[in-house]
Amino acid sequence: MFKLEPRVEFSPMISFLGPLFSIALTMIFGGILFFFLGVDPVAAIKMIFWDPLMSETFAEYSRPQILIKAAPLILIALGLSLGFKANIWNIGAEGQYIMGAIFGATFALSLYPSESVFIFPAMIIAGIIGGSIWAMIPAMLKVKFKVNEILVSLMLVYVAEQILALASLGFLRNPDGAGFPGSRNLNDYPSASNLELINGTGIHLGVLISLLMVIFFYILLFRHSLGFKIKLIGHSPKAYAFSGDSPNKMVVICLLVSGGLAGLAGLFEVAGPAGQITIDFNVGYGFTAIIVAFLGRLNPVGIFLAGIIMALTYVGGELTQFMLNLPAAAIQVFQGMLLFFLLSFDLFVNYKLKFLKD
Amino acid sequence: MRNLFKLIAIVPLLVFANIGYTADMKVGFIYIGPPGDHGWNYQHDVGRKAVDKAFGDKVETVFQENVPESADAERVMTQMALSGADMIFATSFGYMDPVLNVAKKFPKVKFEHATGYKTADNVSTYSARFYEGRSVIGHVAGKMTKSNKIGYVASFPIPEVVRGINSAYLAAKKANPNVEFKVIWIFTWYDPAKEADAAKTLISQGADVIMQHVDSSAIMTVAEEAGVYAFGQASDMSEFGPNAHLTAIINGWGPYYVKRVKQAMNGTWKGGEQTFDGIKSGMVVIGDMSDKIPDDVKKEAMAIADGIASGSMHSFTGPVNKQDGSPWLKAGETADMGTLLGMNFYVEGIEGDIPK
Repeated sequence: MFKLEPRVEFSPMISFLGPLFSIALTMIFGGILFFFLGVDPVAAIKMIFWDPLMSETFAEYSRPQILIKAAPLILIALGLSLGFKANIWNIGAEGQYIMGAIFGATFALSLYPSESVFIFPAMIIAGIIGGSIWAMIPAMLKVKFKVNEILVSLMLVYVAEQILALASLGFLRNPDGAGFPGSRNLNDYPSASNLELINGTGIHLGVLISLLMVIFFYILLFRHSLGFKIKLIGHSPKAYAFSGDSPNKMVVICLLVSGGLAGLAGLFEVAGPAGQITIDFNVGYGFTAIIVAFLGRLNPVGIFLAGIIMALTYVGGELTQFMLNLPAAAIQVFQGMLLFFLLSFDLFVNYKLKFLKD
Repeated sequence: MRNLFKLIAIVPLLVFANIGYTADMKVGFIYIGPPGDHGWNYQHDVGRKAVDKAFGDKVETVFQENVPESADAERVMTQMALSGADMIFATSFGYMDPVLNVAKKFPKVKFEHATGYKTADNVSTYSARFYEGRSVIGHVAGKMTKSNKIGYVASFPIPEVVRGINSAYLAAKKANPNVEFKVIWIFTWYDPAKEADAAKTLISQGADVIMQHVDSSAIMTVAEEAGVYAFGQASDMSEFGPNAHLTAIINGWGPYYVKRVKQAMNGTWKGGEQTFDGIKSGMVVIGDMSDKIPDDVKKEAMAIADGIASGSMHSFTGPVNKQDGSPWLKAGETADMGTLLGMNFYVEGIEGDIPK
């Protein structure tokens, strides 16, 4: 029959073509799915990948929207990629994202309605602190008691969701909101608002920072000793031990950075596009970012592209729903296919298929 | 393999132009969950289909399901408006601020927001007096319970839900002075697993009639298995519990949607309006009564529904005290609109606290 053999030499061509092939295969199999749902497959796929970027009706609005949707994904995925390279698995970015938003919003609303140019910068710091504190819990438990960080970070997402409900119904509830849950809208509080940088586009500081972070992480990973150490501990913990550094230090650094960036993403979202703390504030960026990190092969530039493609399938997927009556679940299957094909291709990047003669 | 490449090359090149529409008016709907939930979203979709039926080719309706109450809602509505929608119904409370933001950008598009309280020149709100229906089923529950314990699965502690609990309690207490209410808050509108767990807990505490202010049919299924009674929420749910299902509070959005679309077409639609309709206009409909309910109880229940519709009765008629014993309504006095819309207290007799 056949067996899989590890490749000795890696072909850079294959690792570049892999994602492109995955996208092409997703289009083909997604198209078949759409066909069986009674929708013109070419029109649907064109609407997902082409219309948000190029159609006259939507593109002007949706081009910046893709960046806005991608920004939190990229920001969180960059942070996660550090840990994933070092075999430190922070699965709870969703919770850190929530805590960053709550910390930032609580800080701002405790000062409401006083105005100062220092409020927004301080909120950013509060957001980073909120996310990092939440990530420090699994870090400390891992360092002190060897508790599995996957489990702790994931479970803390549900704790954060409860705190979010508590904040929306209790300590952050809008006193002028007639008893309904949800905080004041930060967009109505000039000092605390994550303002548009370019009028009419919705592009905010978070988008700019996520792009700068891509460059920063590229330098960190490929030009800085910390990047080298992270890769080293991931590949060979024993070799790393010879460097004299404690592996615990890496656990703390990786969780601190990924938590801080997730918190930062949450802060930009709550002060900008979302505007307020509500019970349903989090919509899964923290989990989708895990997909983005792997889709981008834990490489900063790859993560940037993966974030954009992911955002494109969201924005374009929404169009197909109300323009072509595709059910939301079909779009989720479509996104799932993308990841499935990519991971399948990964197998062939790392292994050779060898047919055996009997 | 070559054909594969051809196909890949062709996909981005093909440009389809015939996505346009010919209808006079395009109406969009956004739903918080799937229309298949047999509850809240299902009934909004029934309303949308009523619009389709009433106007035929003149009106095209489109909808989007599973729209989160976040920045995503703003993007979905903007894209709908860009695609040429003339009117958008946003059918969940959390779409409130997004609706206002999008309405500002598209002053010519007419927005209708369900259950909210903020309006604008091109934004009106609508909500149903579900509490009127709760008076009817509260009476049935009070009469049907043997253990005198009524369980209530509640979603979020917002005025609408608190109003429903109070209304049901007052009616049940009047029908049966020995009833007790047990309320479980589950902080979600739609989560069949959590809803089922809450119902099981209530049943294990002795409740033999379960009420719900959450959307799925899971509670009905649990009630059927446990041999207790329950009520359909938003839709008739008797298919999920033929023996358990007593009656249902059915949301009737169709007449309102048809009316508002007609107004938009003939130019009489106005923004800034706040509709709050009940049994009288058909926005709240009492479902078929199970034959498990004795005839006299059926009659009493229908008399309550008729009385509320005609205006001779009100769900909140004094004397009623607040939970802490302080007086709220004097004998014969009925609740005012402001208190109802912002209700954040239990009436006297309900145990436990509203979560803060």
